[in-house]
Amino acid sequence: MRFEHKDLLDIESLSVKDINMILDTAEGMKEISNRPIKKVPTLRGKTIVLFFQEPSTRTKLSFDIAAKRLSADTISISSGSSSIVKGETLIDTAKNLESMNPDIIVIRHPSSGAAELISRRVKASVVNAGDGLHAHPTQALLDMMTVREKKGKIEGLNISIIGDIAHSRVARSNIEGFTKMGAAVTVSAPSTMIPKGVEKLGCEVASDIESCIENADVVMMLRIQKERQEAILFPTEREYSMLFGLNIHRLKGAKRDVLVMHPGPMNRGVEINSDVADGEHSVILEQVTNGVALRMAVFYLVAGGMKNAD
Amino acid sequence: MRIKLKGARILDPGNIDGFRDIVIDEGKIDSIIDPNYSRDGQSCISTHNNDNIIEIDVTGMVAVPGLIDLHVHLREPGHEYKETIETGLKAAAKGGFTAVCPMPNTSPVNDNSTITAFMVSRAKEIANLRISSSFNQSELYSGVSKLYPVGAITKGLEGEYLCEYSDMKKAGMVAISDDGRPVQNARVMRRAMEYAKGLGLPVISHCEDINLARDGAMNEGVVATKLGIKGIPNVSESTIVMRDIALAELTGASIHIAHVSCEESVDAIRNGKKRGIKVTAETAPHYFSLTEEAVSRYDTNAKMNPPLRTERDRQAIIQGLVDGTIDIIVTDHAPHSLLEKDVEFDRAAFGIVGLETSLGLSMKLVQDGLLSFENLIEKMSKRPASILGIDNALKAGNPADITIIDIDAFWSVNPKTFLSKSRNTPFTGFSLKGEVYMTIVDGKIAYQRES
Repeated sequence: MRFEHKDLLDIESLSVKDINMILDTAEGMKEISNRPIKKVPTLRGKTIVLFFQEPSTRTKLSFDIAAKRLSADTISISSGSSSIVKGETLIDTAKNLESMNPDIIVIRHPSSGAAELISRRVKASVVNAGDGLHAHPTQALLDMMTVREKKGKIEGLNISIIGDIAHSRVARSNIEGFTKMGAAVTVSAPSTMIPKGVEKLGCEVASDIESCIENADVVMMLRIQKERQEAILFPTEREYSMLFGLNIHRLKGAKRDVLVMHPGPMNRGVEINSDVADGEHSVILEQVTNGVALRMAVFYLVAGGMKNAD
Repeated sequence: MRIKLKGARILDPGNIDGFRDIVIDEGKIDSIIDPNYSRDGQSCISTHNNDNIIEIDVTGMVAVPGLIDLHVHLREPGHEYKETIETGLKAAAKGGFTAVCPMPNTSPVNDNSTITAFMVSRAKEIANLRISSSFNQSELYSGVSKLYPVGAITKGLEGEYLCEYSDMKKAGMVAISDDGRPVQNARVMRRAMEYAKGLGLPVISHCEDINLARDGAMNEGVVATKLGIKGIPNVSESTIVMRDIALAELTGASIHIAHVSCEESVDAIRNGKKRGIKVTAETAPHYFSLTEEAVSRYDTNAKMNPPLRTERDRQAIIQGLVDGTIDIIVTDHAPHSLLEKDVEFDRAAFGIVGLETSLGLSMKLVQDGLLSFENLIEKMSKRPASILGIDNALKAGNPADITIIDIDAFWSVNPKTFLSKSRNTPFTGFSLKGEVYMTIVDGKIAYQRES
């Protein structure tokens, strides 16, 4: 069975079958990272460009490690060093990259739709590493991988997502992904952070964190960005934390075997307290570990790999 | 030189509807003759020099008073790579418009009589350059439609100090507007309305609360949520519509609401009219033809301000046109090059071209039984003229500004055929019925469809 997409742009364009194929492949990849020699020759001779127009440490590193474990060559361009700062348009930059014949372009960009825009102009496979507020498909896939690994399934689970849904591409991709896989997603945040019509994406909206968490199998906390205070979304971090911060007491409303997740980086004491972040329910670091395997799987599949082939 | 337009149905709402011949002399309508009384008509003509009359057979067509577009951007001076007065006026003529009103957000801004005078003289200069290459009867043809500039409400469109409206009016300005950079300060708007009232100048208001709209790139709603695009809510428009209607009531001035896009604004205008306040309003074809769904693949050609709204808003706009709440249809022709449009959605410029698609799109309202053809001509010709205080009736002595329409012609929108310099339209490939056959400006043929 072959992965039928040239690019990975968002969750919306993936079928349940596609998602299962990616998760299955990622599970198979996971073991490579535990070998003494963490490298397989699968993508030897392939060139992967990491084109990051927004600050990123974890995601970029994760893609880079994933590529190197598959023996691909990686080149990294970031916003400070690229021609974009010299006034070159995104499309011109993409065409120039294309002229050097990369096989895969991983792009992170502050504009929603930027990955799709590039994908229409280049022959290389485009992997979206986050575009504006739109999508962050590899994050959602690694979250689904982590949940499936821990719970044995996704279907029928209650997933709670709490935080700035309006300005989160992670939230959008996770709402689409988990509902597509048959889970029930409930979101909660101050009303300023709930985008208009979000229930049309298939989730429910809870007005407070307690009712959102009630009976949850998974509680996913989103990072509160301090600069959002300027956009008048909430009065202070203190008040946000009192209303929507996750702590050990609040977690008691959830199921006993609840998983606590966070896409990182965390603001300890704001959206999540250390007693939960470092507690027995937390799978936050396992998300990071799975991120590498998941991204290896994505590279492998968009490069034309077959499921279960070796 | 005299011209006789023969065989067309003449429709001038409230004046004529029937088969007549129009005789044009020295740029003006000389006479309108009922061919059933042709002898009388002939005798009428024979009193003039009968040798030099050119007959143009327009049988099967409908001739209407020249269409007027109260809201365009011609980009000159300042952004000639997007459009020039010449290309804009040619596009206008192709769209059936005998006159257009360019908004003041040029560079420099049209906030003084020098810029106003430049635009007017540039348009006249172009009109005087006969197109001789493609036609043999060059005397009969002139390139373009008329230009009636709209001046800025405030200096530099900065929302603070009034411009010299009287001086600009003498240079040819017909109205004032804050289009492109809306006046946020209600006191400034009040003073502008009071002052303009004394000069008999219409005030065209671009209604937008820029704080509510800030950072937005499309309609606030489920499509924006899905795409991760920041939204512009309906109320960023409607609250300022309400403000300006209240100011019109306070000052007794008349206010014209630009490019109405949403239900709340239509309701506010309807209520204002009911109260007897002097408010008129316009919308553009995209607001009754498309919804926010047109943006769904980050199509920057579906990005304009105000943005495309929901189906509910679209229906409210149509209802507003039907019941007369919305007086006129304009294009808000906003040419942009690929430099502004072939980029990330949130970085793309707002606006679409509209001059060459407006009539065809608007005719759909007639074909769908929503408006009578007569009513449409009211909204595209007679009412815009009356808002500007122009008499464009088809009658002897008036300038011969006539649009001749082939109402049964099918055509398909192909941006490559546009006379505008820019191609930014969301209507590529649309099949439309009803096409401009000929546009006559001051008795000269400004545009004629190639057969």
